[in-house]
Amino acid sequence: MDTDQQQVAFDALIASDGRVEPRDWMPEGYRKTLIRQIAQHAHSEIIGMQPEGNWITRAPSLRRKAILLAKVQDEAGHGLYLYSAAETLGMSREEMLDLLHAGRQRYSSIFNYPTPTWADVAAIGWLVDGAAITNQVPLTRCSYGPYARAMIRICKEESFHQRQGFESQLQLSNGTPEQHAMAQDAIDRWWWPSLMMFGPPDDDSPNSAQSTAWGIKRFSNDELRQRFVDICVPQAQTLGLTLPDPDLCWNAERGHYDYGVIDWTEFQQVLKGNGPCNRQRIATRRQAHSDGAWVREAAAAYAAKKQAAGATVPVAA
Amino acid sequence: MSTPNSPLWEVFVRPSRGTNHVHVGSIHAADATLALQNARDLYTRRGEGVSIWVVRSSDVTASSPEEKDSFFEPSADKPYRHPTFYTIPDGVEHL
Ligand SMILES: [Fe+2]
Ligand SMILES: [Fe+2]
Repeated sequence: MDTDQQQVAFDALIASDGRVEPRDWMPEGYRKTLIRQIAQHAHSEIIGMQPEGNWITRAPSLRRKAILLAKVQDEAGHGLYLYSAAETLGMSREEMLDLLHAGRQRYSSIFNYPTPTWADVAAIGWLVDGAAITNQVPLTRCSYGPYARAMIRICKEESFHQRQGFESQLQLSNGTPEQHAMAQDAIDRWWWPSLMMFGPPDDDSPNSAQSTAWGIKRFSNDELRQRFVDICVPQAQTLGLTLPDPDLCWNAERGHYDYGVIDWTEFQQVLKGNGPCNRQRIATRRQAHSDGAWVREAAAAYAAKKQAAGATVPVAA
Repeated sequence: MSTPNSPLWEVFVRPSRGTNHVHVGSIHAADATLALQNARDLYTRRGEGVSIWVVRSSDVTASSPEEKDSFFEPSADKPYRHPTFYTIPDGVEHL
């Protein structure tokens, strides 16, 4: 088949809502868009361990510590699922990590905010994982097979993340006045950055149309953001906490909650590297990578030694 | 001259686009190309697949059945990894 015929076959596959698999022909733009998106998604999971990891040694109980460890471990796992999906498109994991460390591939801006109190861990579970789930559920039907399958595994695991955050937030809210105030303060700081996780508004999102045409994106940024707001308002009422937006109110005509204006200047600033923790996040990531170098080298040396000795491993029966 | 015993290959079939390759069995064949063709003829005679992988059985490293309990033990005592571990008040939706 020549390229024109391959393009026709690809277009027909997308039009019929079929899944593209790694060995299929695909347009270069489709491949590049997916590498950028999946790598950014993987990097977000890996960098996303830092704000919560900050509290592992200081969790208020053994129960909460075990839960937090398990959650952060899951986020590492999500990163690995996603790197492996991106690798099917022809970019090596080493290259993706190098691009992250060089600031040439991004991660979600949400992880550039600090976690000064224990309630931030609860707020992240409820709001940040909640927003991530809203974004990710439609991606389980994305046109690229390996990405869609990774998202199915991830979404199953995210449910625990969101529930532990909600449970913890509820416990704080129903606790002492100080604990309640701490829970409210965390919501005040995380609400607006969580809304920014859905990306720029639809009229300022130049790549969305192409991603939608390719079946990568199923709903627009504003549609997903609205869905998230509608889910959170009643949940906040159950929590006894106030979402920090005086314009938030039910619009019976639209059948949705109206919400206030998002500060997109702040979003752009964080994207540019000027958020509260951008430098710290990348510096910590680079440090972790170089601190782990001796482990990778030792494992490779051991493997080479075993191979030289002709050692074999038992095979499947 | 006796016929050499042809090597064993593990066969994985993708039933349809969008799904994972799933292990379906194994096959003997002299090389990878023959293994693919034989696997097609044996395992996908009725449209069971859209893609096949074959892997030399000797290249598969497997966990040992005798060590199953200790090998998987770390995941057995962590009920908090499951969403059902958490108490959420009645009537809360989308959690
Ligand atoms: Fe995650
Ligand atoms: Fe998560």
